[in-house]
Amino acid sequence: MIPELGYGATIVALVLALGGAGAAAAGGRVGRVALIEAAQRAAVGVFVLVSFCFALLTYAFLAFDFSVRYVANNTNLGTPFYYRITGVWGALEGSIILWSWMLALYTLVIVLRHRRNAREFYPWVLAVMLGVLAFFLVVMTFAAPPFERQTPPPADGRGLNPLLEDTGMITHPVALYLGFTGLTVPFAFALAALVAARVGDTWITLTRRWTIVAWYFLSLGLLIGGWWSYHVLGWGGYWAWDPVENAAFMPWLAATAFLHSVMIQERRRMLKLWNISLIIMAFTLTLFGTFLTRSGVIASVHAFTQGTIGILFLSFLALVLLVALGLVALRWDALRAQGELDSVVSRESVFLLNNVMLVAAAFTVFFGTVFPLLSEAVRGVKVSVGAPFFNQVNIPLFLSLIFLMGVGPLIAWRRASVESLRRNFLWPIACGVLAAAVGFVMGVRPALAVLTVATTAFVAATIVVDFTRATRARRRAGESLLPAMGGLLLRHNRRYGGFVVHLGVLVIAVGVTGSQAWSVQTETTLRRGEHAELAGYRVRFDGLSASEESNHAKVTGTFTVSNGRVLGVLRPAKKFYPQQQSPIAAVDYRLGLTEDVYLVLGDFARDGTEATIKLQVNRLVSWIWLGGVVITLGTLLAILPERKRPA
Amino acid sequence: MTRLWRWLIPLSAIPLLALLAYGFRTNPRDIPSPLVGRPAPAFALTTFAGAPLALETHRGRVVVVNFWASWCYPACYEEAPVLERGWRAYRDRGVVVIGVDIQDRREAAEKFIRDFGLTFPNAQDPTGKVSVDYGVYGVPETFFIDRRGRIRAKHVGAVTDEVFRANVERLLAEPEGPPGPA
Amino acid sequence: MCLLLGAALGGAALAQQPATPVNEQQVHEVAAQLRCVVCQNLSVADSPSEMAQQMRAIVRERLAAGERPEQVVQYFVDRYGEWILLSPRGRGFNLLVWLFPAVAVAVGLAIVAVVLRRWTRRRRAAPPAAAVDAGMSERIRRELDGGA
Repeated sequence: MIPELGYGATIVALVLALGGAGAAAAGGRVGRVALIEAAQRAAVGVFVLVSFCFALLTYAFLAFDFSVRYVANNTNLGTPFYYRITGVWGALEGSIILWSWMLALYTLVIVLRHRRNAREFYPWVLAVMLGVLAFFLVVMTFAAPPFERQTPPPADGRGLNPLLEDTGMITHPVALYLGFTGLTVPFAFALAALVAARVGDTWITLTRRWTIVAWYFLSLGLLIGGWWSYHVLGWGGYWAWDPVENAAFMPWLAATAFLHSVMIQERRRMLKLWNISLIIMAFTLTLFGTFLTRSGVIASVHAFTQGTIGILFLSFLALVLLVALGLVALRWDALRAQGELDSVVSRESVFLLNNVMLVAAAFTVFFGTVFPLLSEAVRGVKVSVGAPFFNQVNIPLFLSLIFLMGVGPLIAWRRASVESLRRNFLWPIACGVLAAAVGFVMGVRPALAVLTVATTAFVAATIVVDFTRATRARRRAGESLLPAMGGLLLRHNRRYGGFVVHLGVLVIAVGVTGSQAWSVQTETTLRRGEHAELAGYRVRFDGLSASEESNHAKVTGTFTVSNGRVLGVLRPAKKFYPQQQSPIAAVDYRLGLTEDVYLVLGDFARDGTEATIKLQVNRLVSWIWLGGVVITLGTLLAILPERKRPA
Repeated sequence: MTRLWRWLIPLSAIPLLALLAYGFRTNPRDIPSPLVGRPAPAFALTTFAGAPLALETHRGRVVVVNFWASWCYPACYEEAPVLERGWRAYRDRGVVVIGVDIQDRREAAEKFIRDFGLTFPNAQDPTGKVSVDYGVYGVPETFFIDRRGRIRAKHVGAVTDEVFRANVERLLAEPEGPPGPA
Repeated sequence: MCLLLGAALGGAALAQQPATPVNEQQVHEVAAQLRCVVCQNLSVADSPSEMAQQMRAIVRERLAAGERPEQVVQYFVDRYGEWILLSPRGRGFNLLVWLFPAVAVAVGLAIVAVVLRRWTRRRRAAPPAAAVDAGMSERIRRELDGGA
């Protein structure tokens, strides 16, 4: 019953989406309101149907309905309740449903919000959103149908991929997909602007919050992915420059560039062509990302599968690129603006440099990711492009970006006088130099780390300088301290929201630098009672124990950690799932503000007398997660509705 | 920009799309081996039965070295009967089949051998040194070594009767020249 | 219980204790250059898999036997091909990927320079706007808000 019901709903949704896209486009072309309203109703209908499919699949999971092949492949009688819910999006077919549902949700919100305030764009935005949605529904119907019937229904399912049995599994794909699908909205508006030949800043003003929200969810998804990697995968790191990690990182880079450069168009009406190109780049990189994950063209930890789905995605990517770039070529004249600037030393220049660094980073990551393919095509030789390469080439770019992050907000638009430069940057530069000196004296050795310390101090100082000066001005006008600060944040929430986000980025930068430069690790075999020492910590092997969980067997090692006094007990484990070839490592670590003690259980003797462990002391990793919290706060501040003037 | 040049913009996407399409024809997990044509690395292991097993002792015969594991399903399960058949058919013609079990538990490996009734020599590689020496990156992988001790072919994935026969016949047909460099 | 502990992978394949502490850091450095062959994109240093553990043991042994790090790396390259290196050797065709970032930045900066020149040249007529800082603009805003 469920397979047929779900399949039917999918087909109807697909037809509605295609019809709606066509109606919206026709309505926009011809100007017939009735067509547009029909498209609107189709959008609502698609949302209802896709929600129904999602709910149906979740129900099938919860009810152990193994007659649905997807359910049989991704769960079994032992799967705990909550993982049966999150398992819905644990594999290819479910991930497509999740993506489609989010697209449908965003389309619905567009219908509710923009059907009156964006008259010229609305039909075309609707057409693009429904068109993209239709594509994903095509994938859902033909290439990755979640409602295939399994005959005969097995007595028990295969079970969820054990790596996905983690809280990160609940949040990481959701956040990431909200980001990816969120980028469709500004893209749709950009295409609408091109079609309607209204390439001024209206489309940018309309999509400002959409862009910020999509950017935020992408950032959140990336950070949670890093946390999950650190917390679950057991290799002690949070980012491996895996092709699919890169596939999410590239749209983020393009989206960040877009986020900044639209401010120039908003204020100075320049860079129209560039902004449209950036959002096209961001969206197509999103499509490229899903193509990479699902096509098997490049080997990766995430790669779901190979086959027709890759061809579908590549075809759609081609269609989107050709149509979007074709529209750009069509409207070329309208996009070529007359920009003017008083001085090279101005915020516009800093924003341009920011864009150069971000886009160069995106291109670098892209080229590095596809280079193995290129090498094979040209030379017939397979090469690997991994973490050492990406780390090396990206560090200078990111360091420059951080520096620009400090300069940009404090430098004036159009022309910065020498006086204002001195007033704004003297202290921060002094702080930077001082921090570098202090760091060096305290023993910070890798030159790159010293440079990062200096740059971070510089940027932090610029934020403090700006905030202090503005607060002081308010206080001179009669306000007391806290209301002055609060009022400042609320009145200029865009600016200070941005500052807080920058602050979050700084915190993350410190965390990344610390963990890369100052973490230590060792690998050793211990007999029961023996201990290993690292960085002042002593880890004693106490013993092994075995247990049966609902769907796997587990061997847990007990280790006492002390650094003079006993700090606690760590219990890293190895989990043996019947359907997995090799055991899954369950890491245990002691979270700290400045350092984590991280323990992975390796081989062990069957009688429990010996165990091999990998022990790491990771420095400042927690700052990365803290930075994520700060970014969240900053984003919330930035998207607050504009405060009206008090009467 | 004149009216025509601007259409280069959409067209510029085509080389990239072509490259990505090329990706469908390749398998990222299929790595060509640099060892083909070079002397096969020597190894000295102990079979599950306790007998010594060294590559050197089989110089002069065609050697088929197969890396497997009991958890490698379904490929190793498909090729085990193929290898056993090949062994029985060719053992009197100067061909020896050697199985090397990697990253495996002894009991599971022994069960595998029993279940398939494998009679050719099988040994475990406990430290992984032999598999690294042969550039093994997954299971199953099969190396065809000629009478002079050089690796002539590497087959990744389950071996079929045709692949086995084709390689072995080819190497058997070659004249037995002076032994190659050690 | 026995079955579960018996799931341990043959007692013999345990990591060896390093001969001298210095070697461990070197082992890590060499292993970080090599790609773990059974994982996707992790280095031999990072990967928790058994194969990676065995490869680390081989690296450790060879370093302890006196081989130089480059020789150990070459040992693996001879057997797996260039693919085993996590970072492509900067030679020949591979130079493309190494030079690309610098070229991208250079091209970007060149474009920005051209654009900025074009923009500043257009600006001749009107006098430049006065530069305002955050403190000043805040005071102005307060005056406008408060003045009634």
